[in-house]
Amino acid sequence: MNNQTPLLTYCLRLGDNALIQSYRLSEWCSNGPILEEDLALTNFALDMTGRADLLLAYAATLEGKGQTSDSLAYRRPEKEYLNCLIHELPDEDFAFTMVRLMLTSAYDMLLYSALEKSPNENLAAIAAKAIKETRYHLAHAAGWVERLGDGTAESNSRTMQALTMLWPFTGEMFETDSAEQQLAADGIIPNITALKEPWMEKAAQVLKSATLEIPALKTWQTGGRTGRHTENLGHILCEMQYLQRAYPDATW
Amino acid sequence: MTTTDIHTELLKNFEEKIERGDAIEPKDRMPDAYRKHLIRQISQHAHSEVIGMQPEGNWITRAPTLRARQILLAKIQDEGGHGLYLYSAAETLGISRAEMIEQLHSGKAKYSNIFNYPALTWADIGAIGWLVDGAAIVNQVSLQRTSYGPYSRAMVRICKEESFHQRQGYEIMAKMMKGTKEQQEMAQDAMNRWWWPSLMMFGPHDSESPHSGDAFRWKIKRASNDELRAKFIDKTVQQAEVIGLTIPDNELKWNEERGHYDHGPINWTEFYEVIGGNGPCNLQRMNHHKRVHDEGKWVLEAAEAWTKKREQKLFDLN
Repeated sequence: MNNQTPLLTYCLRLGDNALIQSYRLSEWCSNGPILEEDLALTNFALDMTGRADLLLAYAATLEGKGQTSDSLAYRRPEKEYLNCLIHELPDEDFAFTMVRLMLTSAYDMLLYSALEKSPNENLAAIAAKAIKETRYHLAHAAGWVERLGDGTAESNSRTMQALTMLWPFTGEMFETDSAEQQLAADGIIPNITALKEPWMEKAAQVLKSATLEIPALKTWQTGGRTGRHTENLGHILCEMQYLQRAYPDATW
Repeated sequence: MTTTDIHTELLKNFEEKIERGDAIEPKDRMPDAYRKHLIRQISQHAHSEVIGMQPEGNWITRAPTLRARQILLAKIQDEGGHGLYLYSAAETLGISRAEMIEQLHSGKAKYSNIFNYPALTWADIGAIGWLVDGAAIVNQVSLQRTSYGPYSRAMVRICKEESFHQRQGYEIMAKMMKGTKEQQEMAQDAMNRWWWPSLMMFGPHDSESPHSGDAFRWKIKRASNDELRAKFIDKTVQQAEVIGLTIPDNELKWNEERGHYDHGPINWTEFYEVIGGNGPCNLQRMNHHKRVHDEGKWVLEAAEAWTKKREQKLFDLN
């Protein structure tokens, strides 16, 4: 990993975020509270898998060692995965999924809107596609967070509990390092620190109409961006990589 | 005119309409038996689409490539969409989705027997697409000409998507047959397990089929179980040969005179056992559906409570 160029590391981080999100969303298939939600979540999982495919394929090109999006997705061990921890947490219930999707798609809206203006044509094209999808993800998730937060006592309590569990993991999304700062200084990627305030504004607006309080917190859970994960990622990779690992000579 | 005369007159009008090949639409008068038959058939069809999401959903997180995962996600999403579409078609006959789901849970309404079999390996995803959707298409193509308008229109759209499903299933099988020895064995094993249940999807032999009379006269059903089964076998045998899969039936033989393949006896004891609730996954599928339904209730209650609060606020403002 130390030999990676900053842009390669950056693309792996974005690709892994999308890949792990798609995994969690796809777990809802045949488990949605109503058929309409089953379809919506499966559709979001499909968007995210496509996004991961594009980003990892671009990462493979940048690396230039004959990898593909599939070999990156299915053959890397946990410590080479660079997604933010928030994406790998298991879904406790529908409230958890919707709160997470609201928080992360509000982030993706800002990130990809900025990336769309990147002089890097690959990133700009992927971002343009991502924005169209994310707009729906955010509207859908924000609508549900408002309904669940301001619905019944039970839904309010579940939503608050989800927010309490997820909030400590949101700080990592705004972490950066010197390599990324250089990319930002060169105008290739946005300065992520500058997106924190507009993100907080959007999240606060949704949470307010959901009658939910933002948890008071000073300590953030981090590590995913540098390959140190929660216990959950190992289980995800066990399942996701099962066939490729069990039959290494097979093509599918 | 007595009530009986009116009934006879109405039935005559209805049957003349059917005879002319006109579609029956939701607001048209129709015999109760016609309505009941359609509700039973369309809701069973809708439930099948939804329950079918379970065995396939079982493999989404383990799909072996990003492309395979995307195709499977899109396919299952289609199936759920078909479910919604068909529930809506059934609702035009005066039954609600909630009632249909209640009937599914009580056992009054059925779903396709085929989904009571387990999806054990990735090749099963190929077999389900190729054989199960392949069998379903044969039936659904004939239903595009069914007499009830909303059902026939639903079928036109569903058939387009199902033919994509069938091709993706066949592609999985073809790829595996070109792959390693282990992959080939997996594919043949899936073929062996799904072939006979796929033939059973067309239902009992025509001589044994209990619902055929009215369904044919009223053009709900447009081809017999055995006719459809023969069509499916004829097209599938050739497809299997092309990729090197063996059909698990020693008695399978082309019959020049009939212009169809003859096949060995279908195990109807197994068929009725599975219908009776004793298939490998009956309990699992139904418990899954009930559990998800129950666990999701708080979400709908929240949405309803939220809507009521908004209405109350509007009322207070006025």
